[in-house]
Amino acid sequence: MEYKINRIEYTEEMDKEYTILIPNMLDVHFSFIQNLLEQDGHKVVLLKNEGRAVVDAGLKYVHNDTCYPALLVIGQFIDALQSGEFDVNKVAVMITQTGGGCRASNYLHLLRKALAKAGFPQVPVISLNVAGLEKNSGFKLSLPLIRKAMAAVVYGDMLMLLRNQVRPYEINAGDAEKLREHYTQKLCDDFTQSKGFTKKEMQENLKEMVRTFSEIPMEKTPKIKVGIVGEIYVKYSSLANNNLEDFLHEQGCEVDVPGLLGFLTFYIGNKLEEIKLYGGNKIKEFILEQVRVYLTGIEKIMIDVINEDGTFTAPMPFRKVHALAAQAISYGCDMGEGWLLTAEMMELIEHGYKNIVCAQPFGCLPNHIVGKGMIRKIRELYPDSNIVPIDYDPGATKVNQENRIKLMLAVAKENMQKENK
Amino acid sequence: MRIGLDIGSTTLKCVVFDENENLLYNEYERHFSMIREKAVDMLKRIKDKFPGRKMNLAISGSAGMGIAQNAGIDFIQEVYATKTAVDRFIPGTDVVIELGGEDAKIIFLDGTLEVRMNGSCAGGTGAFIDQMASLLSVDALKLNDLAKKAEKIYTVASRCGVFAKSDIQPLLNQGAKKSDVAASIFAAVVNQTIAGLAQGREIKGKIVYLGGPLTFFSQLRESFDKSLKTTGIAPDNSLFYVAMGTALLSDGEKTSIDELIEKLENAESEAEYKSSDPLFENEKEYEDFKNRHARNSVKETDSADEIYLGIDAGSTTIKAVAIDKDGAVLTSQYMPNHGNPVLHIRNFLESFYKNYPDTKIKSSAVTGYGEEIIKNAFGIDFGIVETMAHFIAAKNFCNDVDFIIDIGGQDIKCFKIRNGVIDNIFLNEACSSGCGSFLQTFAGALGYSIEEFAKLGLFADKPVDLGSRCTVFMNSSVKQAQKDGATIENISAGLSSSVVKNAIYKVIRASGADDLGQNIVVQGGTFHNDAVLRAFEKEISRNVIRPSISGLMGAYGAALYAKSRCTKPSEIITPDKLSTFEHKAHAITCKGCSNNCKLTINEFSNNKKYISGNRCEKPITNSKAADESLNMFSFKRNLLENYKSTNSVRGRIGIPMGLNMYEMLPFWHTFFTKLGFEVVTSPKSTHKLYRSGQHTIPSDTVCYPAKLIHGHIEALLQENLDAIFYPCLGYNFDEEKSNNHYNCPVVAFYPEVIQANTPGLKDTKFIYNYLGIHRRKDLTPRVHKMMCDNFGKFTKSEIKNALDCAYDEYYSYLARIEKEGSRLLEYAEKENKPVIILCGRPYHIDPEICHGIDTLVSSFGAVIVTEDAVCRKVDKFEVNVLNQWTYHSRLYLAAKYAAEHKNVNLIQLVSFGCGVDAITTDEVRAILEAGNKIYTQIKIDEITNLGAVKIRLRSLFAALEQEAE
Repeated sequence: MEYKINRIEYTEEMDKEYTILIPNMLDVHFSFIQNLLEQDGHKVVLLKNEGRAVVDAGLKYVHNDTCYPALLVIGQFIDALQSGEFDVNKVAVMITQTGGGCRASNYLHLLRKALAKAGFPQVPVISLNVAGLEKNSGFKLSLPLIRKAMAAVVYGDMLMLLRNQVRPYEINAGDAEKLREHYTQKLCDDFTQSKGFTKKEMQENLKEMVRTFSEIPMEKTPKIKVGIVGEIYVKYSSLANNNLEDFLHEQGCEVDVPGLLGFLTFYIGNKLEEIKLYGGNKIKEFILEQVRVYLTGIEKIMIDVINEDGTFTAPMPFRKVHALAAQAISYGCDMGEGWLLTAEMMELIEHGYKNIVCAQPFGCLPNHIVGKGMIRKIRELYPDSNIVPIDYDPGATKVNQENRIKLMLAVAKENMQKENK
Repeated sequence: MRIGLDIGSTTLKCVVFDENENLLYNEYERHFSMIREKAVDMLKRIKDKFPGRKMNLAISGSAGMGIAQNAGIDFIQEVYATKTAVDRFIPGTDVVIELGGEDAKIIFLDGTLEVRMNGSCAGGTGAFIDQMASLLSVDALKLNDLAKKAEKIYTVASRCGVFAKSDIQPLLNQGAKKSDVAASIFAAVVNQTIAGLAQGREIKGKIVYLGGPLTFFSQLRESFDKSLKTTGIAPDNSLFYVAMGTALLSDGEKTSIDELIEKLENAESEAEYKSSDPLFENEKEYEDFKNRHARNSVKETDSADEIYLGIDAGSTTIKAVAIDKDGAVLTSQYMPNHGNPVLHIRNFLESFYKNYPDTKIKSSAVTGYGEEIIKNAFGIDFGIVETMAHFIAAKNFCNDVDFIIDIGGQDIKCFKIRNGVIDNIFLNEACSSGCGSFLQTFAGALGYSIEEFAKLGLFADKPVDLGSRCTVFMNSSVKQAQKDGATIENISAGLSSSVVKNAIYKVIRASGADDLGQNIVVQGGTFHNDAVLRAFEKEISRNVIRPSISGLMGAYGAALYAKSRCTKPSEIITPDKLSTFEHKAHAITCKGCSNNCKLTINEFSNNKKYISGNRCEKPITNSKAADESLNMFSFKRNLLENYKSTNSVRGRIGIPMGLNMYEMLPFWHTFFTKLGFEVVTSPKSTHKLYRSGQHTIPSDTVCYPAKLIHGHIEALLQENLDAIFYPCLGYNFDEEKSNNHYNCPVVAFYPEVIQANTPGLKDTKFIYNYLGIHRRKDLTPRVHKMMCDNFGKFTKSEIKNALDCAYDEYYSYLARIEKEGSRLLEYAEKENKPVIILCGRPYHIDPEICHGIDTLVSSFGAVIVTEDAVCRKVDKFEVNVLNQWTYHSRLYLAAKYAAEHKNVNLIQLVSFGCGVDAITTDEVRAILEAGNKIYTQIKIDEITNLGAVKIRLRSLFAALEQEAE
């Protein structure tokens, strides 16, 4: 019996005619990424298929105790390949690989196994990583591309933030969403012309966004403020979290979801932290430090723009979020979302989002520690915080999850009434 | 007036208040899922009682959300309603414990309001108690009476009904008293509520008990009182607090009750649940299907001079078959065992002797859970492991059968046949069993018999797609489907499909029919059910063979086996002896070794004795336990025990003996001892130790080894130490056989959880620095700093020297293990003994974690080695997954070793909830299968059903034997 599944490299040859499929996690961010990859010379399709078929494909081809995100992402790929929409001999799939001690680094391998099992062993799997894990001649991450991607993340974060802060208060329902769509389109057009990536252009674009969003007619009635933290995929992906943001919106809440830029900064910072804790290469340290400085720089642009305008609440600078964490957890705790998840809860509370949904895949290992494991500590630090951990997996039902969230909201409502008295 | 309507998972509760909050009316009834109809009826009765009054109405309850939404009536979250009612009627309450049909809640009212509800993985509720009562064949109230007479408490898992069932069933089968079991069930619920929900917050002060179970069962309240060391309050109307709170919170404009009734009646349900294709399009299709399966009938006979008797004493049912010399069935019986297999077999034999006075029993064999006890009680000639019995029977219907699936009362067994030998065995893990009893439970809850219920689904037009999950999840899926308007027919069909999906995707983990086999025989009582059979065929798109006696196959196989083995006269109990047959049972705790098995002693009138609950032969033969010199688990335990504490010069350091400390102890012990510290290790793990730390566990789904750490820390806190040392080790040693060398996130960072959740650590120094043992050079300055920060001055060279010794000791510890491994392998080779690599993690050798499974394996005469003893004998090789955890890379290497060596097999121990093993198990299996070896996985948790483990081991050894022949 043959044991080893051969890895198919994605070659330059292939890249001339293959289509690369990428999974969706965050609509706006990933549209940008798709656009950037296309400019880099690849044919790219951002998968939007969802529903039970995706879950079923996942259940069928992935070990059921594997984390829900892996199950969904792999299910989404296989469902797409089986749909007949693509020439399965001219298609590759791409997946991120963070390279930490969490199970997530194994998604790629599980995907490869699943593809073989589902009868698509010929489909190359491209690892999107900066840790130097697997290389493909047909797909390389260039430095300019990485820089562009970081800019795209800032835009995505900004649009997410503005929409979330306007939507509950808009007088004409749908205004914020429309404006977000407008900017998504506009920025994609800009990107095609290589515009929008310099710090100056970013500053101008972000300013305009804040201005136009602040001009949307709003009525500031008091709303329950809810923050969402969690395992990155479940936190962001509506496919995974049963449209959590929309549900909270329907319940009359203002929602805050900390952005992706913080996670990137965290990710880079961890490498530095490990060098500090355990020792390591000085050159590596120098390069990483440069990246960190760059990220901090573009973060500052975003925060300054929001604060200058004054209408909206800007995210807390990463430096401060970092400092907050120390009261609860150490920086060495870096697998998965690591200490950042704990710190984000604290950031949210400090910013008035005392009600928090901590979303995690059922049985998520790091979350035993940084999520559920830290709630007690956070309550000690912030006695008025109101946190509900919610597990997501293919068997968990929406009705159960919503009931638990509703309880959190009932308590939030009472707290709000008390405060207003 | 205000009405509060509480629509729970199984019941409707309703209260009416007047303007001054006087309770005018209350009512309680089961709704059998006819929520809307029953609610409307209830309102009509209120209307009759209070004609012409205007009312406020609000709805609450776990099944109320949908209907409230559709009817446009206010919905109040049920916990919030409880809190409101308690605030009003029992002021000063600190904690409310509320158990409902399927929910369990603790509400902390003192200080900050905090609410804990059971998560998606939690039983221990009313439905659980009902399920357990039906397992004991008593009604729920009788359970309470029984519990009053209890003398002892067994440990029963209550995480979900399925788990508990697999604990209780063996207890019953082994003759434990029902009263003791009843009390144990209540204790389990208490344990689950406190452990699962309180999560670190102490339950104290003025405590109030609410909800159905706590209203009806005095023994449950007593059990809570005992555990919490307090006397809780069970107020009047304790059933109605949710409804009362809901009524209090209802506001808005008052309307006439007719209007409300109309609103409810018009509440449209959104029939938008996920559905799949009908099982049968029409009657004709069903007829064809029935005719096709009718072909696989067994011959029957009216009389025989001589017969061979086969008995299958299963977990929930007992089957007996008598066949003649041609294999034709003379008589058979299928009966529920009601927790007492002995009694039922006795009845069967009595009626057999009466009905067939002239028929001689030539030979007899027994299989199943109750094999040993039945064999001893009635002098049955042979015992045969279930899997073999089923295989023998299946072959009789399909000679080239290559796949058998048996779905029984509470277990699923599947095995592949390759070259005429049982090749691969799949048994359901305790957590995923959606089997016969699962369907039965649902049928019962909805008010049907299982037969009626299954029939309902045959022609359902839009079967609900319920996925494949365990019972607890399924409850809420069904709830959701009901909310979305699924009919009972569609739910029935959906449940049948879900049983099938569960078996195929969760137990077998197949991706399609070809993964199973060409010639599939299905059996077990559950396949009697046409809906399940059809769902199975549809799911794999292939026709299968269902023998007419599908429910009796184990017994039939046993009868065939008895026939083939018959060489001398049967020793089965004679009619005379049977008439004076007696059976007594009592329970004791074995003191033979540290396993402390809970034994049940069964005594029979033939002076035979049968002891159950044992892991080894010691209590039976009074000999010493299985040869420990051939058990590497005990070798390793002994090695670790040698690290004893020495005198304290500089202070006393506590080390919790759990998780990676099972391998790091030699390292840190040496390090601290060299520096003049006394090292105090926490005591041996026990269930009691676990319980002592339970209140500080924040995540109830983390693995048991991690949960145990909390107990070890609590124990160390009693030791008056200078510090507890438990460092975070993100990285493990690089053994250069993998691509990276992490620890799993839980092992790596669990000290953070301890730090954040252990109040006792406020008074004891807790050192949990992040240390890089993988970078030896960089470690010294960091450890130096850590030591100086905590204990004053140390010189660098002092630290370096101590660390050097620590590294030396660690490597020599590994070398000792490897050497012992080599000795055992050589010995096995020379003596031609089977070798089992019993692999997992270093901490799996903890007897409280592996539950003495090592002893059990030894008792089969196998030599046990561990993964760390063989992994260095194999060269690094590429695996199909990212090989990045040190402990886990050893598993792949060990699998490779087993694959390449004759006589060496592997059993993988997997802790329930281990996320990383979702990856390793598939990979280890693939490596073994590539080498034509059988993969065996044993899932272990807080409690492990050793009965199931035994079957698994016996099947494995039977298959190995068969292979050798």
